[in-house]
Amino acid sequence: MEFNKEFDASGLACPLPIVKTKKALKDMTPGEVLRVISTDPGSVCDMAAFAEQTGNALLEQGSENSKFVFYLKKA
Amino acid sequence: MATKKMALIATKGTLDMAYPPFILASTAAALGWDVQIFFTFYGLQLLRKSLDSIKISPLANPAMPMPVPMPVFVQMLPGMESMATMMMKDKMKKKGVASLQELRDICLESDVKFVACQMTVDLFDFQNSEFIDGIEYGGAATFMKFAGESDVCLFI
Repeated sequence: MEFNKEFDASGLACPLPIVKTKKALKDMTPGEVLRVISTDPGSVCDMAAFAEQTGNALLEQGSENSKFVFYLKKA
Repeated sequence: MATKKMALIATKGTLDMAYPPFILASTAAALGWDVQIFFTFYGLQLLRKSLDSIKISPLANPAMPMPVPMPVFVQMLPGMESMATMMMKDKMKKKGVASLQELRDICLESDVKFVACQMTVDLFDFQNSEFIDGIEYGGAATFMKFAGESDVCLFI
């Protein structure tokens, strides 16, 4: 999937993947896509909860090279 | 959708108990919530300019995992608290856990409101100059005003 910006949260533990994802989205324009990479298994549930509560759509999620990957569309 | 609100009371000043309020507050702020933390009693330590004196003790904390079993009379020895704190911080760093300083900074950047309990500030003879800037001082009524409108309210 195409994306406009990438944020690598590898190695970070809760709540940093979410808190820093929020920061990464801050200077993006609505409609742009952020790709987030994480190694925290908790971030799978957390990212979905973040998307639901903030309105930034979670377009796709999966895993690559045993890491978690998320695509968020800025609201 | 109306902005959600979370009100926290932080009453503890040990390393382990300092994390929950800052983790919840920074996360809620990232979700767009309005957050206020009321710091009282030992929780006031979390507002000091330097967080370096925040420690964890294995003493009277039997649930704390130790690398080797340690009898209570050993845990009482001078330096044990500092050693346990150093080991815990080291472990946290290795596991990618944010430092307290980092989480507190994130809270401040994301407009989490910190309120220091005036009664306990006076009780422990703290000077306002010992605390970080940008905090408010108030009492139970100040907390109740925000807590009464909150969606989530926790005592930590």
